[in-house]
Amino acid sequence: MKKLAAGALCLALLWLLQALLMPKYMTSTPEGAMIREYYDSAGDHNVIFTGDCEVYENFSPVTLWEEHGINAWIRGSPQQTIWQSYYLMEETLEYETPDVMVYNVFAMCYDTPESTGSQSRREAYNRITLDGMKWSFSKWKAVQASLTEEEKQWEGILTYLFPILRFHDRWAQLTKEDVTYLFHRDTVTYNGYLMQTGVKPMTEAHVTAPRADYTFGENSWYYLEKMAALCRDHGVQLVLIKSPTLYPAWWPEWESQIEDFAREQNLLYVNMLEYQQELGIDWNQDTYDTGLHLNVYGAEKASRWFGRILAEECGVPDRRGEKELSAQWEQTIQQYQRQKAEAKEETQ
Amino acid sequence: MGFTTVKFALFFLALLIVYYRLPGKGQRAVLLAGSWCFALADGWRSLLMLLTTTVTAWAAGYVMGENQSCLGGKKARAANRPWMAGWTILNLTVLVLWKLCQSETASRALAGGDMAFLTRGLPLGISFYTLQAMSYVLDVYQGKVEPEKNFLKLALFTGFFPQLVQGPISRYGQLGNQFGERRDYEKKQVSFGMQRMLWGSFKKLVIADRMAVAVTALKDPQYTGGAFFLLTLFYAVQIYADFTGGIDMALGAAQAFGVTLPENFIHPFFSKNIAEYWRRWHATLGGWMKEYVFYPVSVSAPVRRLSKAARKKWPGFGKRLPVYGATLVTWLATGLWHGVTPNFVVWGMLNCLVIVISQELTPLYRKFHSRFRWKEKGWYGGFEMVRMFLLMNLIRACDLFPNVGEYFRRLGSLFTGFSLSDFACLDQLGLTALDYGILLAGVAVMAAVSLVQVKQGSIREKLWRRPVLRLALGFGLFLTVLLMGWYGVGYEAGDFIYNQF
Repeated sequence: MKKLAAGALCLALLWLLQALLMPKYMTSTPEGAMIREYYDSAGDHNVIFTGDCEVYENFSPVTLWEEHGINAWIRGSPQQTIWQSYYLMEETLEYETPDVMVYNVFAMCYDTPESTGSQSRREAYNRITLDGMKWSFSKWKAVQASLTEEEKQWEGILTYLFPILRFHDRWAQLTKEDVTYLFHRDTVTYNGYLMQTGVKPMTEAHVTAPRADYTFGENSWYYLEKMAALCRDHGVQLVLIKSPTLYPAWWPEWESQIEDFAREQNLLYVNMLEYQQELGIDWNQDTYDTGLHLNVYGAEKASRWFGRILAEECGVPDRRGEKELSAQWEQTIQQYQRQKAEAKEETQ
Repeated sequence: MGFTTVKFALFFLALLIVYYRLPGKGQRAVLLAGSWCFALADGWRSLLMLLTTTVTAWAAGYVMGENQSCLGGKKARAANRPWMAGWTILNLTVLVLWKLCQSETASRALAGGDMAFLTRGLPLGISFYTLQAMSYVLDVYQGKVEPEKNFLKLALFTGFFPQLVQGPISRYGQLGNQFGERRDYEKKQVSFGMQRMLWGSFKKLVIADRMAVAVTALKDPQYTGGAFFLLTLFYAVQIYADFTGGIDMALGAAQAFGVTLPENFIHPFFSKNIAEYWRRWHATLGGWMKEYVFYPVSVSAPVRRLSKAARKKWPGFGKRLPVYGATLVTWLATGLWHGVTPNFVVWGMLNCLVIVISQELTPLYRKFHSRFRWKEKGWYGGFEMVRMFLLMNLIRACDLFPNVGEYFRRLGSLFTGFSLSDFACLDQLGLTALDYGILLAGVAVMAAVSLVQVKQGSIREKLWRRPVLRLALGFGLFLTVLLMGWYGVGYEAGDFIYNQF
């Protein structure tokens, strides 16, 4: 009995240490806190978005609710690769079965972990997505898929299951934030949407160097096909989108490959770049970084337009009549409007 | 598969569970299979070389044993001589060739060819098991041990995985019989073994690998004078923590399997003279060299003839000549064993020189100490230890540089350009003040543990009777390694230094 108690005490201490040493992402890089926010409200969403910054910056679930009564969540994270999106979808289906899953196809251009950037950059982005996931078989597979062959050593994999092995030396850089958020986190998003209120107009056209080869890689296709099969098997409609951003470029050659795939798989594919006029995006007002991402005003326009597609073409129900859900949303909307108003005041 | 990797931890635990769970006589086979898998993890050539040495040593021992039982006495010895000599020459040649192939010249010459595999590092443990197997063949030849008929026992003697990484170098008389009987699980043995492994990983990950950063930086040619002194000091800490850490892990792993390997370090920095130092530092290599090089050379016919001739001319010195000749050959062999490079030859010769000079000055010391009774004073022992420590630091630094000339240039700068301001380089070596603090505390803990062991014996035995304190200290040590270890992203945890020899 004594031995059991001692063992439990040691494990508890290790858990506490891990909680203390993990980066909290509260006062800086809030993107790191987004993935873990999902678990507290999982279970009853009609639409789940997955993808990179082009989803969590460009769509506002608050607008989708206010305008169309759609209960949505965005499981987005910076430079989220297609294999991570796939395993996030797989994990989501353990918690709930939404009517629609929306996937932003830009990440198709990253075929392998190696192609996503330098080792340090890749690791930082992997951490932001994977450290937020709860322990599960999906997480294990996501980790395996996210590491390069060189990184796929036991030491590398274990640091994602036991992050204390990665952040073991952070004790020298601990701040007040690490103690304040030891057992809880503040909410940094509105159902996965990270609000950006700044305005930085697009003053000149972005130039992207042409590529030698525009064919999407085998690995990207493998995961997109898996994604389609996963949704089909669970009776979920998969909708592919290309989010409305001007940079990095979305090449016509990529467009035709996705169109062909969507046709073959009988999937709805919406390239929102082609509907910029209908969306009403004003690149002088609706972007906070010269067209790479939309700000809250642009995100609201995009959501208003896309909500109509979800409602009319996908049949996502309007749930504004549900009292309990409406009450929950009311709280979110108040906070959302307050932040927006504060930002507006600051700029005036 | 380094001792400080997760792969090793999983391998070790899995093997340990199967080893103790297995009924009947299968333990030996499991341990051997595990050991060969461990060698195989380093590549096919490592396993093949180990198998070749093992099979040939067993065959040589078997044939010599048959000759002894059929012919007996001098006839058997004469019949066995070609087997012993042939085996020894063949294996030594292979070892030397492998070592030669690690040089830059050989790498360039063999690059891209069929023999390029020879240049990709030494096969795992070859320097250690070649000497072990050689001691077995020589002992069988001399009738000191019975030839081993059971191949599995001999294969475990040469290939037992804990000793493959960096020794120690065991003798068949010490180790062979330990593989003869079944071992039941003993909590104390397994617990002691794991405690020692944890202690070894503390030395390696918290101290040695952290210190390696400063040592690497200090090798830069700009660091001379006082900075060179720092280098010798830091390298002493690094190599001690690295080598003893590795040996702790090897001995601890063996102990968990119920096997006792010989101690390789007996608090060497408490030595008061060079002879004592080499009895305490890498003791099993020193012992091997003494037994199989020093003694045979000192009583060999040419040395005796030389001694006879010298005694006629210089009666006193001539008497000591066989010892000096054997010392020279022994240190040459020791240097070459570490690496077939001029640096290691010079390193060996410097050790030899200090030993011979110490020996020659013995009468003078005696005279001095009979006049000044300092030896009886407490502080003098401390002075001797510090003197020895500093002297060995200067000699040891020889293997840090790419060539001997650079070593002597730095060594010279210690006497011509020493300045206290050279120590200001401490903040340019890639370590923070916190790292230096950790190193200082780590060295203090190592020194304290050594002192307690010398004065009061085994710490683990004392703790065994106090389970709460044992758990607290063990967990504390584990946390220290976990939180302060030099591993993970952003760190480059090095291989064990003695792995390369």
